[in-house]
Amino acid sequence: MSVQSPISSVNDFVVRFANVNGSGSASANELFARSILRHGVPVSPRNIFPSNIQGLPTWYEVRVTEAGHLGARGGVDMMVAMNPQTWDKDVAGIEPGGYLFYDSTKPMPTSKFREDINVIGVPLTAITNSTYTDPRQRQLFKNIIYLGALSALLDMDPKVIEQLIGEQYKGKEKLLSSNVHALHLGRDWALQNLKCPIGLRVKKSDKVGDRIFIEGNSAAALGAVYGGATVCAWYPITPSSSVAEAFTAHCKKYRHDPETGKAKYAIVQGEDELASIGIVIGASWNGARAFTATSGPGVSLMTEFIGLSYFAEIPAVIMNIQRAGPSTGMPTRTQQCDIIACAYASHGDTKHILLFPEDPAEAFEFAAQSFDLAERLQTMIFLMLDLDIGMNHRLSRPLKWDDARQYDRGKVMTADMLEEGRDFGRYLDVDGDGIPYRTYPGTHPTKGSYFTRGTSRDRYARYSEEGAVYADNMQRLVRKFETAQDLVPRPLQANAERPTKYGVIYFGSTSPAMDEAIGLLEARGHLLDRMRIRAFPFHSSVASFIADHDFVYVVEQNRDAQLRQLIVNENGIDPVRLVPILHYDGTPITARFIANSIGDHQDHLKVTPLRKAVS
Amino acid sequence: MTYIAKPKFHHPSLKKNDLGYTHRDYEGKISTLCAGCGHDSITASIIEACYELSIEPHRVAKISGIGCSSKTPDYFLGNSHGFNSVHGRMPSVLTGANLANRDLIYLGVSGDGDSASIGFGQFAHSIRRGVNMTYIVENNGVYGLTKGQFSATADRGSKSKKGVTNTDNAIDLVAIALQLGATFVARSFSGDKTQLVPLIAAAIRHKGASFIDVISPCIAFNNHAGSTKSFDYVREHNDAVNRLDVLVGRDPISVDYAPGTVQVVEQHDGTKLALRKLDADYDPHDRLGAQTFLARHAAKGQIVTGLLYVDPEADDLHTHLDTVETPLNTLEADTLCPGSAVLDKINASLR
Repeated sequence: MSVQSPISSVNDFVVRFANVNGSGSASANELFARSILRHGVPVSPRNIFPSNIQGLPTWYEVRVTEAGHLGARGGVDMMVAMNPQTWDKDVAGIEPGGYLFYDSTKPMPTSKFREDINVIGVPLTAITNSTYTDPRQRQLFKNIIYLGALSALLDMDPKVIEQLIGEQYKGKEKLLSSNVHALHLGRDWALQNLKCPIGLRVKKSDKVGDRIFIEGNSAAALGAVYGGATVCAWYPITPSSSVAEAFTAHCKKYRHDPETGKAKYAIVQGEDELASIGIVIGASWNGARAFTATSGPGVSLMTEFIGLSYFAEIPAVIMNIQRAGPSTGMPTRTQQCDIIACAYASHGDTKHILLFPEDPAEAFEFAAQSFDLAERLQTMIFLMLDLDIGMNHRLSRPLKWDDARQYDRGKVMTADMLEEGRDFGRYLDVDGDGIPYRTYPGTHPTKGSYFTRGTSRDRYARYSEEGAVYADNMQRLVRKFETAQDLVPRPLQANAERPTKYGVIYFGSTSPAMDEAIGLLEARGHLLDRMRIRAFPFHSSVASFIADHDFVYVVEQNRDAQLRQLIVNENGIDPVRLVPILHYDGTPITARFIANSIGDHQDHLKVTPLRKAVS
Repeated sequence: MTYIAKPKFHHPSLKKNDLGYTHRDYEGKISTLCAGCGHDSITASIIEACYELSIEPHRVAKISGIGCSSKTPDYFLGNSHGFNSVHGRMPSVLTGANLANRDLIYLGVSGDGDSASIGFGQFAHSIRRGVNMTYIVENNGVYGLTKGQFSATADRGSKSKKGVTNTDNAIDLVAIALQLGATFVARSFSGDKTQLVPLIAAAIRHKGASFIDVISPCIAFNNHAGSTKSFDYVREHNDAVNRLDVLVGRDPISVDYAPGTVQVVEQHDGTKLALRKLDADYDPHDRLGAQTFLARHAAKGQIVTGLLYVDPEADDLHTHLDTVETPLNTLEADTLCPGSAVLDKINASLR
């Protein structure tokens, strides 16, 4: 047995399930995560999956974290090794003193194990086959049986899991009772044959509070429903497809006229991303709130239209659920790698507004807000999520909506205003904020019509190739972008307990890992002031934050330090003052990575004076 | 594109339509296309059709792609909103606009480069979806704005102005539209206003995807000997299967023609289409028959024109999506937002 003492930890460990894609393990694994939540203990689960439907390896990692650290931790304390294909790698990944849970129906050679881990064998196939004859049932219930065994090993309350199963199969008595039966098959076997519990334990707590458990994509889609989106056009692409699918599901529930049953929305699956964004722009031009959801390759295809949106000033919303690029890249792996591509998308001088939500709650809020911003600023808004936020269940504060809130439809000239004799120039800056008035098609029989085009035109939308006229319009677009600075979500700053010369800038899904890393760094004696950027264009406080510190680390999940580039470029910052901390292997960034990278850099800064060292 | 202001005054005795508008109220800016361009004749036909139908000029949305043809929406219906969008992408922009407000009339203007090459996919998919629109292709077989390259509708063997022979097969957009399920399919010739005006009027009144391919010779780059899209060639090879009269709120005036040669088609909205049949064998309700007829005549080098297919009972994308009758762009938070009470329930279901 092991020479290493077994890991002992209550409510703070990582369990990783290694499964075969398509084996029905996902729902059992999610049930595991949810049941820990019902113990009042926060969890942070992550899907690690291949670009495949059936047969390839897939992992589900659950970080059990009473302290509420929702970022990925790195390392595995218990491996539930259900996939022979990845056995060797899975076993190798377990922390010394950790646990290996496996199906012991067939004997395994000792060479397949490790000396320094604790091996727990449960004859899952044997138990399953002696109970079930139908092959599909065998496959599905095997997952519930291992869940039952784990509940005994980790000291979980079976009633909590039973209640969850009850909620899941409400009204389907047969499924409900057979699942509960399978749960107890595994649990009872473990209790009778193994030493339960092991060193890793789940103990009831009260650290979850009123938080909800939701995927970022679903939250963003709900934000679109609340934000008044009526037209959605999309083309399937991982990891964004579930945004449109969730929008469809939410609309079916909440967007049908109670009397006629008719739909107060229109969803079209386009033939490609060009059609999707074309439909969005056509609908927005005509006064509806419209959006598409896509990922990097889709944004590349949309760029011609994105330029039109900028120049012809047509509101539109693109939700970009980022994945690792370039090209097809790693479609099922996470990154924050489209910052530059989106900020400057399209030919000519263009700039676009980007919003960076950190979690599902902000994905909901920013999604709803993006339609107000798009119509107020009459331009393209990018809601920048990534796979880590979008496709994983994340513990998040509850979603909130103020019923008094009205949609900001922006500057729209109505028939009455035209009738009053208001001067309508489609590209006329009447208020000095760079934002002109627009009219919806069909507003007035003789006033307010104009011809929308991507070619240059004067303030009254009349075609013009005059240099001065063109430059005048381009300058107004810069003014409009300056106006945007004060309308988009502001950066949030949190200072260290004592004054420090060092700061860190981060954004989006890096948030939970960063919060945790701050604690790790403090323990090493490194104090950092923090700024979380939530939008581009950058608020003036970003430049002052940098000015207030000797060095500022910029933490991001891409190779080329794209946010740093954008800050340098847009704010004229000396690049030397911004130290890039880059994570880009496709896995979510961890607190350990951030703390080690920044900590090492900080250690190097602490040069001991020569005289002191000698004396 | 227009540098010269168009005078607004007109003769006081100019005829008015049912809404009190004159022909001039349907005009746009002065065309900047070449003098004699077939596209300008199509513009004139669109103006005529809208005047005849007594459409409120501002209730039309004119949407186009990029190219000579796509410039033309600036030259008609000056009180309508127009959108000169992206090359080959008129169909998607029009689809989105239509979804936002089902109450307007959507007129999509495109060219052969715009629809048969760069936008072939969007052309196909907008037709498949049954978007309620009138989709007009001003087809000259050539890229005019970039000075004379072949387009995908140029016939194999036809010669460019520079003497190059086209070796690629031609795309017949009418055949494709029929195959994809367009519910109103016609072809005409820009030089044949008497045929074209009623076809446009009927297409506008049709509920569903209407497609009209209008052969429109390019006098600058495709009107020479060896071209199959020149005025002379089209006049010589035009085989009109029928002539149309569109009757809104009136009885058909079929008495003018010999019995058996007039067929009356009643569309969904009550519009009556009186078809003067020129080819006794032709049945415009038979999609398969139309496809065969077209293929047989194409093999003989004939360009079939007229109303080739119509499904008077057609429906559209809004019917398929079962959307509310109120235009989506008029809905506000009170009807679109489920509110905080529902959100509380959603939160509760996620714990």
